[in-house]
This record gives sequence, structure tokens and C-alpha cells, in this order.
Amino acid sequence: MTSIDGRYEVRVGLASCSIAAGASRVFRALDEAGAAPHTTGCVGMCYAEPLIEVIGPDGQHVWYGHVEESDVQRIVTNHLIQGEVVADLQVERPDGQVRFALRNCGIVDPEDIASYIELGGYAGLQRALSMPPEAVIADIQDAGLRGRGGAGFPTHKKWDLAREAVGDQKYVVCNADEGDPGAFMDRSILESDPHSVIEGMMIAGYAIGASIGYVYVRAEYPLAIKRLRRAITQTQESEYLGRLAAESGFHFAVSIREGAGAFVCGEETALLMSIEGKRGMPRFRPPYPAEKGLFDCPTVINNVETLANVPRIMNDGPESFSAFGTERSRGTKVFSLAGKVQRGGLVEIPMGTTVNDMVFAIGGGISSGKAFKAVQTGGPSGGCIPAHLGDTPVDYESLAAIGAIMGSGGLLVMDADTCMVDVARYFLSFARDESCGKCTFCRVGTEQMLRILTRITEGRGEMRDLEILEDLGAKIQGGSLCGLGQTVPNPVLTTLRFFRDEYEAHIQGRHCPAKQCKALIEYQILDDACRGCTLCEKACPVEAISGERGETYTIDQDRCIRCGLCLSSCRFDAIALYSEPKTNSLEVAK
Amino acid sequence: METMTPDVLVAVDEIIERHRETPGPSIPMLQALQETFGYVAPEFLQRIAAATGIPASDLFSIVTFYAQFRLEPLGRHHIQVCHGTACHLAGAERITEALEYATGTKCGCTSDDREFTIEKVACVGCCSLAPVVSVDEEVHGRLTSDDVSALVKELRKQGSEMTP
Ligand SMILES: Cc1cc2nc3c(=O)[nH]c(=O)nc-3n(C[C@H](O)[C@H](O)[C@H](O)COP(=O)(O)O)c2cc1C
Ligand code: FES
Repeated sequence: MTSIDGRYEVRVGLASCSIAAGASRVFRALDEAGAAPHTTGCVGMCYAEPLIEVIGPDGQHVWYGHVEESDVQRIVTNHLIQGEVVADLQVERPDGQVRFALRNCGIVDPEDIASYIELGGYAGLQRALSMPPEAVIADIQDAGLRGRGGAGFPTHKKWDLAREAVGDQKYVVCNADEGDPGAFMDRSILESDPHSVIEGMMIAGYAIGASIGYVYVRAEYPLAIKRLRRAITQTQESEYLGRLAAESGFHFAVSIREGAGAFVCGEETALLMSIEGKRGMPRFRPPYPAEKGLFDCPTVINNVETLANVPRIMNDGPESFSAFGTERSRGTKVFSLAGKVQRGGLVEIPMGTTVNDMVFAIGGGISSGKAFKAVQTGGPSGGCIPAHLGDTPVDYESLAAIGAIMGSGGLLVMDADTCMVDVARYFLSFARDESCGKCTFCRVGTEQMLRILTRITEGRGEMRDLEILEDLGAKIQGGSLCGLGQTVPNPVLTTLRFFRDEYEAHIQGRHCPAKQCKALIEYQILDDACRGCTLCEKACPVEAISGERGETYTIDQDRCIRCGLCLSSCRFDAIALYSEPKTNSLEVAK
Repeated sequence: METMTPDVLVAVDEIIERHRETPGPSIPMLQALQETFGYVAPEFLQRIAAATGIPASDLFSIVTFYAQFRLEPLGRHHIQVCHGTACHLAGAERITEALEYATGTKCGCTSDDREFTIEKVACVGCCSLAPVVSVDEEVHGRLTSDDVSALVKELRKQGSEMTP
């Protein structure tokens, strides 16, 4: 065989992270080579982007990872023409996953409603429209669907409340604010399969009697907004949906609101304020949004992933969802796996999968080869789970039992090089910046906790600071109106509980075991490795490095500002980082 | 700075008109203005207030509450350093410092020559590529301090080629 004959289907994922990794260039190269590639969204193997997927006539899927433009011709010639897999570029898709919310991600063309409909799209809506709204809600109840935005509130209860509430106008709001800084599940779903979210909103609208929907999406996600916008236009133009609307009398219009960069606007009452054009300040509940929400009308607010699950539950029946998971946490959960893990990306697991399985079986273990220290779930509201609790099942109840939370799905893996005090300080600084300022404990308390943590990371802490942190944390939790203040002490409290020794090392030994805290580390040039190439001297912005070309260079520790530019400029691994307990003499071990 | 030239006024009024009927119009209006002009000039707030009756103080409270809004124009290159969790673990602070040295300006500011504005952002959603910096909307991932210094040099070079 000498030409491409269309036996193979070729797909290239074009989501934000793939594009950043260079997938558009790969797509173009494939197109120019005559491979007729299809655009799709995120397949979840973000670590291996850019990715090409080739599907053979026998239905066999082959993934090529880390593909460069220069690899494209080889894939075309060897695989598409001669039928031989290019083994050295092949990557395996990690198993142990169940794709329910992500069923179409990486398969459907996110910019084409026909592609979605072909895969069974809008059939869930059609089925819902043939049932009484109460029966739709009953199906969601039987499925056991709970909110994926973090709190895990049963979805059917919310819908039921909003259905019962009186009001001429009702709203469905999709929460796509995705505030957890380190999570990208909702972005990926919107970029890869926007119609599933819109269909979910329509079904919710039918169930509660709403005709207007808003998607509140972060402005930092331009591609998600673009695809969503296009998808909305397509739903307005679709003949199929037009016919459904005419037959059923159910009309639903969706518009987009861009979030303007405030974490607290992920909180539902603040989000509604923001759509109304005000500062996003949470208010007291009750009344719940389901009774009195957007513009004072009954409103259902659901997370992107919650809504993406709905069409398939409607189409395939509640058992298709409830078959997975644990007794009280049904179904699957999408996580964005990132940090010090080999195979970071978007994964969907049945509830009850253990932390260890996620890090090792799916994530492929620690990227640095160093020891696995902890995972962090739930971002600024969540907690750190230490490696020794790695057999904890991931479900709402088990995570809560160890002081962590499910969160919206961010899962950050940490290794021996991660300083837990620094992690706690990082989240607290985020919380301090993002507190809306309404409650005193949250506004002032986070500032005080941050000052103490900063002091500790600079080697100026005292042992009694640890008790003050615990006391303040509990008071902020108790004295705050909304979920932000009630949860942001968690990263500090859980690290104090599981990694107290690291705090003590910073305070008593004035050193940072993970060698991260700037005030407690030193860069040194290694005698035997330095070739005297002058690169570090040139890189140093404060002229702290000196020496003769060809000889070993030295760093003036008093001048050094510990920016690390020398380390990243060195081509010979001749610069090392040290942090030694200050009680000992400065005897440097390697 | 001469902000409210007749052309600007026409464009501003046009944006205000376009969003007048939107429920809760203030944020979409301000976003559209920033999208068009790169920032929200204080004069814009007066203009919206006069046209819609929304008090200028309310508008100012919105602009200062939400991180997205900028009250000053951007430099020629807009550099956003991700400080999300994954990027923090991967050394976002060092990347920021390297950028500060290379551009000669602090994060949150615009350089004196108006070439660079550096901002801190929370997660741009490309955590697997951490640490991540977005330059003029294009995302660069897996960066070292060395890479960002080189990137800034490259941008400067482009700039000097463009303006002879
Ligand atoms: C500070 C704070 C931030 C939140 N951020 C988000 C978010 O980014 N995305 C989200 O879906 N829910 C977020 N929530 C939860 C929402 O308030 C709300 O519970 C959720 O959107 C309901 O949808 P669900 O029932 O489908 O989970 C946040 C809550 C708090 C207190
Ligand atoms: S943490 Fe930087 S892209 Fe997500």
C-alpha cells in the first residue's frame, strides 16, 4: 500500500494544554500530509501532549505521545500507509478509569453539534421531555448523583426544592468558575464536550420549570468560552432541537457570564451577586438559591461536572451511574491529577478508588523518582493526605473522616521536595487575597495566620506559634459566614496534624527539610563538578558569583538572593542546594 | 494622558448601549471596555454612571474587587505568571523573580519603557505543563528560570526590530 486510504481515523486533541504543548502544529503537519485529522478535545493524557490517536479498521486505538512535527511523517508512512505501529512514540492510556462524565471527551468534535448528536447527544433531553418533570428528578435521585462542585449535596434535592418553589421565572446556573488554583476538570469538559453541559442544563431546566440558563465561566478560560459560545449558537440553529422544542413546548435559552477573577465567586450566593452585577459577597443562607436565587427567583446552581453527568443518566438510566462507586458516594469523579506525578492529566475514577491507585496505578508514580509524601485535594479549602494514609478510598465520607475533602477534583501530588509548611503558607496567602472581607475572622484571621506562617518559613518562628495557628484556624472556621472562611484553615490544620515535624524543623532547627524555603537554604558550587564555564556568573543578577574561567566558582552567601538562576543556568549539575539544621555546625552532607 | 478623545467616546458609548438591556449590566460592560481598550480608565466609570444611573462609586467598588480589571493601560507585552498550586510546586516564585530581573519591573507593574506588564494569575488550567507563563495570551509551559530570561530577550529583540 502506498497511500493513505482512509482505513484509519486520526484524531488530534486540541484543548488549551495540548495547544500550549504544540498540538496545533502537529495537526497542521498531519493535515498537510493528507492524513485528514479530526479535531477533538482532551483525552486526559496531558503529560504526553501533543497526542495523536489512530483508530484502525479493527477498532484498535493507538496513542502517540510527545509528538513533534518532525515525527508526523513517520507516523503517516509507517502506520497510516504501511499499517505498522511506530512503537517508540506509542504511549499507553492508564487504565482503572471509568469514563462517564468524560464519555465524549477526546472523541467528540467539540465544535460540531452533529458529532455530539451522532454519539447519542440530546437523546437524554428527548427522553426527559417525554417524562413528567417529577420522574426526571426521581431518576436523578435513583442515580444517587451528588454535587461535584465540592459539597456533595444531593442534586435531586436541590432540583426538587426549586421545582416546588413558586415563581414565574426560574433559572439554571452552571458554576464553571473553577476557583481551585490547580484544577482543570471543568475547563477540560467545557473545551472538549460543551454540549453535554448545555444538555444537562436543559434537562435541569425542564425538571424545575426554568427557561433561562447562565453559565458562569472564568475569564481565564478563553477557549472554553469560545467553544461554549459556539455550542450555544449551534443549539439555537439545530433543526433537531428546534423540533424537540416545538413538540414539547419546552424552550430554554443559555447565555454566558464571564467571571472576573474572584475565587469567592465560586461560592453560590456570591456567584449570583456577580451575575447581578455586584461585588461577589456571599450572603447568609437560608433562603437557599433554590428558593430565592438569581434576581430573587428560584435558581438551581450546579457544577459543570454534575451537569455533564445528567444527559447520560437520562439516556442510559440511573443504574448506568449508580452501578459505580460506594454505598453513599455513587458514580464516578473526575480529577485533575497534577504536581509531582509521572502521568498528570484528567482522570475519571469510580468513587472508592484509593489514593494510592490514583497516584501509582493511574498516575504512574512520582515523576522525580523521590519518595511520595502527600496528596492535596480540594485546593485552598482542602487538606493534605499523607502517604501513609494512601489506602484511603476516595469518596465523600472517607476523605472527610481524615480531615480532607473531596473538593471539586484538584489532586496535587507532592514528593520529598515539597515543603509542607510552604504549601500551607501558599494556600493561606491565596485565602488572604481572596477573602471578600465581610467577616472579621476571615479577613483579619487569615492575615494573622499568614504572618505567622511566613515567620516560620523564614526561620523566625516559635513553638507557641503552632498552638496559635490551631486556635486561630478553629476560630476562623467558626466565625465565618461562607464556605471560604469555614474551610481555608484546612490546609494549615491538616499539615499541622500530619507534618508537625516539618514545622518543628523550621522553628527549632531553622532549616527546611525539603530545601524550599528561601531564607533557610544555600546554593553552593560543587568543587568536583564545576568546569568554570562562567554561565552561572553571567546568570547571577546580583553579582554574587565570582571566579576564574576554568576554575571552580564560588558564591558569596551574603550577597546571594537565592533566586536559583545559577542552578537553572548550570549545564554540569555543579550547583547544589543545602539546608542544614542550624544547631549543628555547617558540615555539608550531600 | 488624553483618554477621552472623540473616537474613544463614540466607542465607549457604543459599548454602553450594547449592554444596556443585559440584566445586571455593569460587569459585562466593564469587561467589554477592558477588552477594547486594554484597561478601564476612571473616565469610563463616569461615562457609564451618567448613561445608566449606576453610581460611579458602585462601579469603582466592582473594578477594585475583581482581579480581572486594570485601571492602567498594559505594556506592549502582557506576561502572566501562573501561581496556581501546580505551578507553585514547580517553582513559580523563582520564575517570577527571573522575569522581574529580565524585564526590570516588579510583578504587578509595567516597566518604565512600557514594554512589559507582569501579572500574577491563578491557574490557567495547564497544570500538567507547570510552571506556566502566558505571554500575550500564548501559553508557554515546562519553563526554567533560564528559559524565561531567554524569552524576555527574544521579545526585546522583536521589539527593537519592529521600531527602527
Ligand atoms: C469559596 C468557595 C468556592 C467555590 N468554588 C466553586 C467552584 O469553583 N466551582 C463549583 O462548581 N463550586 C464551587 N463552590 C461550591 C458552590 O458554592 C456550590 O456548592 C456548587 O456550585 C453547587 O453545585 P453542585 O451541587 O453541582 O456541586 C465553592 C464554594 C465555596 C464556599
Ligand atoms: S497551576 Fe499553573 S496552570 Fe494550573
